[in-house]
Amino acid sequence: CHCISAGMAHELAARQWSTTGVARQHWTTQIPRVFCTLLFINNEWCKSSSGRKMAVLNPATGECICEVEEGNAEDVDKAVSCARRAFQLGSLWRRMDASDRGLLLNRLADLVERDRLLLATMESVNSGKLFLMAYFVDLMASIKTLRYYAGWADKIQGKTIPVDGEYFTFTRHEPVGVCGQIIPWNFPLMMLVWKIAPALCCGNTVVLKPAEQTPLTALHMAKLILEAGFPPGVVNVVPGYGPTAGHAIAHHMDIDKVAFTGSTEVGKLVQKAAGKSNLKRVTLELGGKNPNIVFADADLEHAVQEAHHGLFFNQGQCCLAGSRVFVEEPIYDEFVRLSVEKALKRVLGNPLLANVDQGPQIDRKQYDKILELIESGRREGARLECGGVPWGQKGLYIQPTVFSEVTDDMRIAKEEIFGPVQLILKFKSMEEVIQRANHSQYGLAAGVFTTDINKALTVSSAMQTGTVWVNCYNAVSVQAPFGGFKMSGSGRELGEYCLQDYTEVKTVTVKIPQKNS
Amino acid sequence: MLRTVLTRAFPNLPRLLVCRYSAAAAAIPAPNPKPEVHYTKLFINNEWHDAVSKKTFPTINPATGEVICEVVEGSKEDVDKAVKAAKEAFRLGSPWRRMDASQRGRLLNLLADAIERDAAYLAELETLDNGKPYSVSYCIDVPMVVKCLRYYAGWADKWEGKTIPVDGDYFCYTRHEPIGVCGQIIPWNFPLLMQAWKLAPALATGNTIVMKVAEQTPLTALYVASLIKEVGFPPGVVNIIAGMGPTAGAAISSHMDIDKIAFTGSTEVGHLIQQASGSSNLKKVSLELGGKSPNIILSDANMEEAVEQAHNAIFFNQGQCCCAGSRTYVQENIYNEFVERSVERAKKRVVGDPFNLKTDHGPQVDDEQFQKILGYISSGKKEGAKLMCGGGVAADRGYFIQPTIFGEVQDDMKIAREEIFGPVMQILKFKSIEEVIERANDTKYGLAAAVFTTDVNKAHYVSNSLRAGTVWINCYNVFGVQAPFGGYKASGAGREMGEYGLEHYTEVKTVTVKIPQKNS
Repeated sequence: CHCISAGMAHELAARQWSTTGVARQHWTTQIPRVFCTLLFINNEWCKSSSGRKMAVLNPATGECICEVEEGNAEDVDKAVSCARRAFQLGSLWRRMDASDRGLLLNRLADLVERDRLLLATMESVNSGKLFLMAYFVDLMASIKTLRYYAGWADKIQGKTIPVDGEYFTFTRHEPVGVCGQIIPWNFPLMMLVWKIAPALCCGNTVVLKPAEQTPLTALHMAKLILEAGFPPGVVNVVPGYGPTAGHAIAHHMDIDKVAFTGSTEVGKLVQKAAGKSNLKRVTLELGGKNPNIVFADADLEHAVQEAHHGLFFNQGQCCLAGSRVFVEEPIYDEFVRLSVEKALKRVLGNPLLANVDQGPQIDRKQYDKILELIESGRREGARLECGGVPWGQKGLYIQPTVFSEVTDDMRIAKEEIFGPVQLILKFKSMEEVIQRANHSQYGLAAGVFTTDINKALTVSSAMQTGTVWVNCYNAVSVQAPFGGFKMSGSGRELGEYCLQDYTEVKTVTVKIPQKNS
Repeated sequence: MLRTVLTRAFPNLPRLLVCRYSAAAAAIPAPNPKPEVHYTKLFINNEWHDAVSKKTFPTINPATGEVICEVVEGSKEDVDKAVKAAKEAFRLGSPWRRMDASQRGRLLNLLADAIERDAAYLAELETLDNGKPYSVSYCIDVPMVVKCLRYYAGWADKWEGKTIPVDGDYFCYTRHEPIGVCGQIIPWNFPLLMQAWKLAPALATGNTIVMKVAEQTPLTALYVASLIKEVGFPPGVVNIIAGMGPTAGAAISSHMDIDKIAFTGSTEVGHLIQQASGSSNLKKVSLELGGKSPNIILSDANMEEAVEQAHNAIFFNQGQCCCAGSRTYVQENIYNEFVERSVERAKKRVVGDPFNLKTDHGPQVDDEQFQKILGYISSGKKEGAKLMCGGGVAADRGYFIQPTIFGEVQDDMKIAREEIFGPVMQILKFKSIEEVIERANDTKYGLAAAVFTTDVNKAHYVSNSLRAGTVWINCYNVFGVQAPFGGYKASGAGREMGEYGLEHYTEVKTVTVKIPQKNS
């Protein structure tokens, strides 16, 4: 979804697929057999202190890919003390030129590019996302993000400030310190890069916990971080579960900042943990129930297409999924008809195959939750237009589902489903739809489709969301900030704005004998 | 004479006096020690309200211990009312939302004008309610309030979003939008100034406000409320409630309809605020909390200047400053002389009636603080620090404490670790720069720090190494409204003042528009 909308990505992928072939032979025959499965602490691979391991599953088949060491509080402690040491005054990392931090990030980007095929395959096998999406969207976005922040490293400038009196004042933008980073399973590699790239470019050290479902690409990245030449302790990767390793990070007394991407429910725990422990800085990227507003004057075909990808991209497992499609009354029926048509054309199957549009959901828990919410939609009187049931003999597949005649008070219109379930609601006036769209605890993203510039600007200004797309959806770009209003989070990732969340501003004021302008 | 006194007592004062009050001492009007109190109710939706509970509480003159008047005590129901008004004022299409940014700046400038007009009265009221010397209220607090308002008035129409060169056929820009309803909880040590620090950036960026003022010092804030109405802020934009932390404060921090909370106060309560956000609606949090700020004197420093600055670093405002220089680290070879001179200096500090223009030092704010500080002094004695002067009560009524100095203080003593928030100076000895940096940073706090040296390498090495949001070199307590202020570690999160202060009152919205064709 980075830099190009999901729909475009798909087309692009298909095009490149047919012209270049992405070395088809390579990836179909080279499904990786060997994985990094140990904890990565202080540039060394180690076993978990408890001796426990967790099984990593392929959601398309339910088979176990391998076992990975399960980190717990003790391992987090170890990682934090290494990260703290790497952050000591006078350390290699603290004394490094900012431009060299940029160089290391660029080198890491080169290595990711070198291993792009392997990483994309691994991502697909472990998370169930389409290989082509992983290759063209996730990997491209990850590489771009690393290169983007590599460029920022020596451009994080403080200010000199004209204060009153005989003083000289300047600010330094210093790294916050040891950053705990907890990332989700829906874009395992990309979320890792969104977290580490700005943190490292500002000079922090990192203790990162990947999601227990998807640790494989994170551990491969650890290998590349080592290869790129980051000093020991700068990045530490500790796979594990939320209530143990995640909890330890959020409550740690020696972690200066925690960045979390995941559910709003857990986001609240992270915020509270900061309050209970050491008041570490908190940034959160949480859930959404994002309105996608389609006016009658919009290019209908384009709007249907974008709304379709806005929801079904990545099996609906996006915090920014356009999960409330508000359609203006005169075109409502036609919009629903075309959307159902599109949904029915979606091909489910092995995510490694080129002609497949939709893979499995990530795990049993998500799968059950989605089916339960679909059931609630039926019960509460929404009209099931298509799908609504599982697909296939094995794996966690759910048929693309479209509900029409959805009303605002239904659970499916209020709760984040995080699955391939499109909800289409009807509206009459702009004022009404603004009010309804904003009537949510969430505020992550919104879309508006119209050819009328006044409507576009009125609605985009009125949305209480961190991102608004006009005549597009999922157009996330590394240069543009991303984050939530209200309970969708705090802080921004990407763009220049993100640097603020990885720096402490120090004001230094020097007494001088005489000031001159 | 007065100028000399003030200059000695307040390092930044000479400039203020010279610039703003060039007629010098003569410009300080004789204060009325019994200013009339005009406003004691809750200010909600530009109207004065009694509490839903009908409760009131007494506010005390700390110089005498006597009740000044009863003030209406807001609690949860009143906060709800205020939030409703603030939310209504923030509604799309409201006068406040539709107002030109330049007009918001104009209103802030008008407020500054009104405060300037009533400067003498506000300074009297501040001194009456808080106990700080009138010369300080009048020459420091009120002028800094005016500067802060004017500074942010200028920002109102200059807080610019960006247009962003994203990849693909898109046009992308950011809008810096107000967050919404801001809960603001302010302390009693600089009642007017803390109010301005909170109001000015929030209003410049277009938010609405529910402010709880400290129960010890509600009077000036309520008078400023009347000025807010007078200059023409629309109803509901600013709502001000006097009340207690566990009731009104808790209601704000856990309110589901407050989008952001800014708190200045103790680290202990800061922890509660952060947790309340997590338990309620994840409102954005910025905190300005406690400190145990190191003030490092190297042996090559100008001794006289260092003694003077270190004195004011701790004793200014009766020691009731979050950034107080409460750990004075002095290099071994000048330690004895430094202590001796500091004691000499402290003994000269004039403690007494805050309305007397000769007074340097007034009472502590209330009995609770008074007792707490005396407790710390006795713990210092018990733990073996050497009491060099002071250490006792300074008057037979009111909450006066003698300027107190402890020598031979060790890092593990309570007085070297905990925030005392009173006129108690700790002087510690160190040998090397490496050692003092490590000891200075060995604290959960990280608000401010200072270093005195004439060596440019040492100055920069130490200032870069200290984990604190503000470092002063060869000075202390220098606050420019243009320069950001805030804490590392458990001293808070976020920055106030300067351009940086605007970030914490803004939600960034990224708008990406599909366009047919991009051209550079």
